[in-house]
Amino acid sequence: MKHIETLNTRDMVKSLNDGGCGECQTSCGIANQQCEKAKKN
Amino acid sequence: MIHQYKLNGYNIVLDVFSGSVHVVDEMTYDAVALLVLGKTHDEVRQALVSNVPRYNSGIPDGEEKYTLEDPDEILRQIDELKEQGKLFAEDIYEPKAFDFKSRSTVVKALCLHVAHTCNLNCSYCFAAQGKFHGKAGLMSFETGKRSLDYLVENSETRRNLEVDFFGGEPLMNFEVCKQLVAYARSIEKEHDKNFRFTLTTNGIGITDEVIEWANRECYNVVLSLDGRKEVNDRFRKSIDGTGSYDIIVPKFQKFVKARGDKNYYMRGTFTHYNPDFTRDLYHMADDLGFTELSMEPVVAAPGADEALTSDDIEIVKEQYEILAKDMIRRRRQGHPITFYHYMIDLSGGPCIYKRISGCGSGTEYMAVTPWGDLYPCHQFVGDERYKLGDIWNGVTNTELRDEFKLCNVYARPDCKDCWAKLYCSGGCAANALHASGDIHGIYKDGCEVFKKRIECALMIKASENEDMEKAQQ
Repeated sequence: MKHIETLNTRDMVKSLNDGGCGECQTSCGIANQQCEKAKKN
Repeated sequence: MIHQYKLNGYNIVLDVFSGSVHVVDEMTYDAVALLVLGKTHDEVRQALVSNVPRYNSGIPDGEEKYTLEDPDEILRQIDELKEQGKLFAEDIYEPKAFDFKSRSTVVKALCLHVAHTCNLNCSYCFAAQGKFHGKAGLMSFETGKRSLDYLVENSETRRNLEVDFFGGEPLMNFEVCKQLVAYARSIEKEHDKNFRFTLTTNGIGITDEVIEWANRECYNVVLSLDGRKEVNDRFRKSIDGTGSYDIIVPKFQKFVKARGDKNYYMRGTFTHYNPDFTRDLYHMADDLGFTELSMEPVVAAPGADEALTSDDIEIVKEQYEILAKDMIRRRRQGHPITFYHYMIDLSGGPCIYKRISGCGSGTEYMAVTPWGDLYPCHQFVGDERYKLGDIWNGVTNTELRDEFKLCNVYARPDCKDCWAKLYCSGGCAANALHASGDIHGIYKDGCEVFKKRIECALMIKASENEDMEKAQQ
């Protein structure tokens, strides 16, 4: 029996190291943001 | 911190500080809840084992039932996720939040108020019919040009720069908009910048020339329409008092058709008179053919006729659930619609720095008045207490800028125990000011609405994942 399905999410802790470039769009909701680097990939 | 909830048949467990989202079965859902309460593994195991018959009574005959071994297996999987940092993750970000004051101040976006005047007379307008409680005026090309130069000069190594044409009604100063885009394009290469222009319009001034220009130059356009004719025309009136619906809808339809696959969205406002706003979204989708949609709660003084009441907020939350379920239905039937607050990119979403710092108002994003004054954002324009400086001398009120620099989710005491804080980043400073008198406060009704939207958005993601798995089987 499958008990837990974990969705594919960005590792927030890892983003301490690979985030912060500031190239993403400004926002007026953060949740809806896409990382500019992720978009390119 | 854990947030767990049930919605539309999905049991969802959100691990706040890792950002992990888990869709779990009934027994796991209860196991997590007991662990959150501080129960030991033995206590959880006992509780689950004693309830196996109850869990199985909810499973239809012919489907796999729980056994007495399942509680141990569930606890093992939970421990494994904990080891991986995907469940019960600790908050390691708070110290980072207070480094922000020492970060350099890079400007990467400006909201250009090219027109403090409007050709509509919407009674609920937060900008007081486009004049922002001040005098009417149009931005000159020279002021706009200096704004773009200021942006380039203060953007350091940031390549992507955003400029919003805003108002009032920006198309009342269309010639200057065109000149400013031409100027920006002429300096992009020299400075290694990429300008992304957006236009927010009420539609009255849309012409073939505007459509051709916007579709060539604007990365995105925001088209203001409140939905059903009677809803739109209640507030969005022409200067002579007649409704605007019949004038703007054909223009918007022509605009969107010509736009092809470029970004746009219909941006409506709902009020006390239509908390059943899904009907307006469906009207825009089914009757008018628009698929990129957004409906936002009105920004109104408490007690105003149009202001949402606490009873309305409950209706609105229910509406968000209705919308989410309907969007799943539409997607499965092959004709999806987009609702902007449900657009969450779990795998390619924002980094932790963005989640902590929020929209960047007052620091990396500012609004420029037609006369070149700088404000933290478009919603602060007209409030002299929040004037930051101007485009010729830059930010002179550095104390205020530093206040906005630190105005992040960790600076708001009300957000301390909130599960949604890394999704909303503490919310909108302007809404907080209007609701609580302090940019570090919160707008409680806004929080309730926001949390419901995130719950719905994550549930939609769970459904997408389920559909993908079924397709692969």
